[in-house]
Amino acid sequence: MTRKIAKLLKTPFFCTAMAIFFGSMVACGILLLTGYSASESLAVMFNAVFSRPKFILNVILKSTPVILTGLSVAFAFKSGLFNIGAEGQYIVSTIASTITGILFDFHPIIQIPLVILSGMLAGGVLGGLVGILKSKFGIHEVLTSIMFNWIALYLCNFVVNIERFHKQDSDGTYSINPSGFTLLLNDWKFSEEGRNFLKDNPILSDIILKTDFNLNFLIAVLIAFIVWVIIYKTKKGYEFRVSGLNPDAAQKAGINVQKNTIYTLFISGLLSGVAGAFSITGTSIHNIQTLSMFENYGFNGLSVALIAGSSPLGCIISGLVFSALIYAGQSLQFKIGAPSEIVNIMIGIIVFFVALVRIVPTLVNRFLEREESLDVK
Amino acid sequence: MLNNILIAISITLMYSAPLALAAMGGVISERSGIINIGIEGMMSIGALAGAAVGYFSGNAWLGLICAGIAGGLMALLHAIASITFKADQTVSGIAINLIGPGVAIFLSRYFFDGAALSLPVPVKLPKVLDQKYLQGTSFENFSIDVTVLIAAVVVIITWFLLYKTKWGLRIRAMGEHPAAVDTLGVSVYKSRYFCVILSGILAGLGGGTITLAIISQFTPTAISGQGFIALAAVIFGKWRPFGAYVACLLFGFSQALVVMLGGGTLSVPSSILAMIPYILTILVLILFVGHSSAPKASGVPYEKGAR
Repeated sequence: MTRKIAKLLKTPFFCTAMAIFFGSMVACGILLLTGYSASESLAVMFNAVFSRPKFILNVILKSTPVILTGLSVAFAFKSGLFNIGAEGQYIVSTIASTITGILFDFHPIIQIPLVILSGMLAGGVLGGLVGILKSKFGIHEVLTSIMFNWIALYLCNFVVNIERFHKQDSDGTYSINPSGFTLLLNDWKFSEEGRNFLKDNPILSDIILKTDFNLNFLIAVLIAFIVWVIIYKTKKGYEFRVSGLNPDAAQKAGINVQKNTIYTLFISGLLSGVAGAFSITGTSIHNIQTLSMFENYGFNGLSVALIAGSSPLGCIISGLVFSALIYAGQSLQFKIGAPSEIVNIMIGIIVFFVALVRIVPTLVNRFLEREESLDVK
Repeated sequence: MLNNILIAISITLMYSAPLALAAMGGVISERSGIINIGIEGMMSIGALAGAAVGYFSGNAWLGLICAGIAGGLMALLHAIASITFKADQTVSGIAINLIGPGVAIFLSRYFFDGAALSLPVPVKLPKVLDQKYLQGTSFENFSIDVTVLIAAVVVIITWFLLYKTKWGLRIRAMGEHPAAVDTLGVSVYKSRYFCVILSGILAGLGGGTITLAIISQFTPTAISGQGFIALAAVIFGKWRPFGAYVACLLFGFSQALVVMLGGGTLSVPSSILAMIPYILTILVLILFVGHSSAPKASGVPYEKGAR
């Protein structure tokens, strides 16, 4: 019996659930201390996510970019690399997607892949560059990534202000050509026929008409599976993991760690790139805007990957949880006036507990060992 | 011309001071074997504590002290996680980066009637040199904040402690081979706790100097990336106090370039100018600095008795 419980306690899923539970408790404690009702806050947050189909769908849609940047970070983590540059890779991807989306106007069958590939490639190149700087010049990837994040941010502001792209009287560019949209039923839902149909279907109308209804989330899930296959079922993935666990051993075993560093960061960049490209093709208003600060899609990917314990499939769930928390936080401020930052604190504490609960398996093992030695006696 | 150079030096020193303080914290923590990626979070909380205490007490110095304490408390969390609980130091550091700014803005709203901005501090930290003393000389536009001086002193002290004292030798050894230090009877846990908390205090001071000497109030963007720049400076300087300080000066100088060129009649877009510091850093790294490797044991939780 104890053994069964012990085994359950050791599973990563249980550890993460515990971290989320403790994180929420501490956040509730902070709310109580500052004079807000915890139960009311939780009710508001729950309703914010589950009370309308539209809300649920929005949470799913908004989880797409963080799932992808989470995958990007998790993939690099698996090979022992810390991709703090997901933010910059995300930004350059939005820039590239916007530029190609505005400059070209092909049939959607060509246009959509073109826009998305250009974004992916931009992210991948930036990631690969970090890899090259690390393996050829020995410069720490964290250092170059931090620099590239800022360069990407200012590059975005530069591109926004180029005359060809800048939309007058706004702080953004033009939207990309509609042929590059990956919205589903976009034409139909605003047509006479579509509107008549949706009028009689309040639920469908809620989720289709009032959101950026698209399938990008499903593609993100598919990508998570592909990443899982690459990491666990291919020779390259095995090499990546070995390089992450013990670079010296990998080198001795004939794995070209240097080259793999470049590959890993390139792929990691591609993944952040998908996130950026999807944000442009799948969410209105399909453009880039002047950034005064980071939008944190990449940095949030760090949290998502960490909560998921760098598991690619875990990123899907933790991305959804993350997105739900952020979404709920906004209504917390709106409904009961509690600062929405409480959600950031809560996510921080969850990540903190994710770090702490790593000790649980060790403790459980120690406990089991003691049990065993008692049994022997 | 002389005027411009003097202004450039003033701005360089002003911007590099908070970075240098935070970077020294990073150096100390990482040399003892604990990666501190949470500098940004510790700076944020320091910035808020500095501005809030500075505002309510009217005493900027008291604010600065509280900024240090707040940063230290934040670092205590990191220390508990990464030393006692042997948690992944990167994960814990990122958690600090999420908690720090969150708590800072939350508290700002709590203290300042729901505003994410604090009210301005009545008296900023003093300047050591400014127009008052230099009136009439050709150095009229030269000014040096007291924080610049503090930063320089802290850099020298850090260097002295790390390289010229027995304690420093132990700390450096701890970052390379903690078991060896342990066999000498020095408690690795205690010393690492000390270093991490000290690192948080310095980061908090860095945050405090921003809100008490540079912009005189807390805003949500008061700390926007400085912690990461400080972290970059630590790596840039190869985990050495003076190296990191030079890196901070470089970042400060690039900032000065942006301020000065941006104000001129140059036809370069401001966003391109703003990129300069970061591109410059990468170029300097490629051309002059090259390979950098962290202290060997940094990031590895120390397990007493493990082989």
